[in-house]
Amino acid sequence: MKDVVLEVKNLCYKTEDKEILKGINFVVRKGEISSIIGVNGTGKTTLAYVLMGLNGYRPTSGKIVFNGKNIINFSPTRRAKLGMTLAWQIPASFEGITIGEYLNINNNSNPRDLLKTVGLNPDTYMNRYVDDKLSGGERKRIELASVLSINPKLIILDEPDSGIDMTSINVIKRIIKNLKKNGTSVVLITHSEAMAKLGDRLLLLCNGKFVKEGPPDIVTKFFKKHCKKCGHIGKIEEEILNE
Amino acid sequence: MNDYTDEFKEIVRAYERIGGNRNDILSKDIGSLVINADRVLEKNDVEGLHIKYRKIKNGVSVKVYVDKNSVINYPVHLCFGMLPSQGTQIIKSDFFIGDNSRVKFISHCFFPNAKRIEHIMKSLVRVGKNAEMSYLEEHYHSNSGGTFVYPKVIAHIDSGGKLLEEFKLIRGRVGNLDIDYEVSQDSKSSSELLAKVCGKKTDSIKIREAIYLNGPYASGIAKSRIVLTGSSHGNVLGEVEGNAPHTRGHVDCHEIVHGRNAVASSTPRISVNDPLARVTHEAAIGRINKKELETLMARGLTENEAIDFIIKGLLR
Repeated sequence: MKDVVLEVKNLCYKTEDKEILKGINFVVRKGEISSIIGVNGTGKTTLAYVLMGLNGYRPTSGKIVFNGKNIINFSPTRRAKLGMTLAWQIPASFEGITIGEYLNINNNSNPRDLLKTVGLNPDTYMNRYVDDKLSGGERKRIELASVLSINPKLIILDEPDSGIDMTSINVIKRIIKNLKKNGTSVVLITHSEAMAKLGDRLLLLCNGKFVKEGPPDIVTKFFKKHCKKCGHIGKIEEEILNE
Repeated sequence: MNDYTDEFKEIVRAYERIGGNRNDILSKDIGSLVINADRVLEKNDVEGLHIKYRKIKNGVSVKVYVDKNSVINYPVHLCFGMLPSQGTQIIKSDFFIGDNSRVKFISHCFFPNAKRIEHIMKSLVRVGKNAEMSYLEEHYHSNSGGTFVYPKVIAHIDSGGKLLEEFKLIRGRVGNLDIDYEVSQDSKSSSELLAKVCGKKTDSIKIREAIYLNGPYASGIAKSRIVLTGSSHGNVLGEVEGNAPHTRGHVDCHEIVHGRNAVASSTPRISVNDPLARVTHEAAIGRINKKELETLMARGLTENEAIDFIIKGLLR
């Protein structure tokens, strides 16, 4: 398929006692933002971890095709080298590591430029440590800068808007829009309607499956009607999907 | 002073090999003391700083005085080296930091050829009222593992004084390390004890950091960062007592076990003997943090590169 960056086919993942992802199918094209919403515990973050190939998140079946390669057996390092990366909902801290060093781990980007891109003054931030003394908003912006440092083709953003101030939210929205302009694809996991609407399309994850996919306005309307107080319990899936 | 010219040149060369700047120990503007084994090769006092010494069996006894109200502009460099491959070096050092003064010491302890070297350091420190002293001890060892290092410090900080004691192994194998720091503090004083060490092969690391907060509003932190690879062992005891109102203390120990047979243990011993005191502790022992590791891998580093990166930061 033309311009397809990521194709996920019948992806399943289960822990010892629970099936978390139950046959996920979706496609992300070049420069496209695919937003994913769903109530807590539906498997959004698990999907992000499975896509990135994190330890303990090996799918039980299915395919993840990235730029034409099935990467199901690839390590996170190999996936990153191909151009896929992930920004965690709560980013890690690195004791003793300066922001300048953190943004230059691959020696192929300019940390000062990256900081400017995420709206942070390099003179203030280059020599600060990537530790808990940074605010939530600062840490999220630095995480985005770090993600940009590898010039990715696909970024998975896990709730980039959670726990941050309005200014940082606006900066993050601007960055996501710019990514799209530059041809980078984004998988955007969020609980925010405003953020979800940045997507070219919105996917609604429910109990380990996508139950609705389409324009953000329509899917959010569907979500509000059925999912705020989980309306599908006791109904068969087809009944929901046919609404 | 005896003529140890050749030996001194050799020490200067050794110092440069570990990345030091020869001006640190040659400049007349910078306070310094250079000892090889039991011989003082060079000493330089600067305004407000006076160093006295005498030879003792297997070592040197040193007394360092900083005058009241003196600010020593440049760090004072102390080189304690042992160039031979075997032997014992005992350094007995007393530091008297006058009221309202400020000084920083950088101690370079290098044993580049050690096969069986014992380095015993016994220090008494007195930090005067509102004075500040920082003491950074950097160690450069051989890779033999035959270095036995026993730094022992007993310090007292008068009211309003500050003390920072930091121990770092920069190069080589630890060998056998037994750190014992003990600090008692008067009112409104503060202290930070910090040890950063990476153990390799069969190295043994034992650290005791004890802080007694005896005066109101005194504060202190006992911090350690240990990485254990191979079959090395680490044992950390962090002790803090809050014995007066409004004292604040904290024990912070982080040990990473990164060797199949490496063993880590940490024991915080905290106590509060005043209802208005507060002492806390945190300890993390175990493998490298998974999220840190995977974040770096998701940026393209291999697992080993990511581990090196994390350890570098932790031990910095």
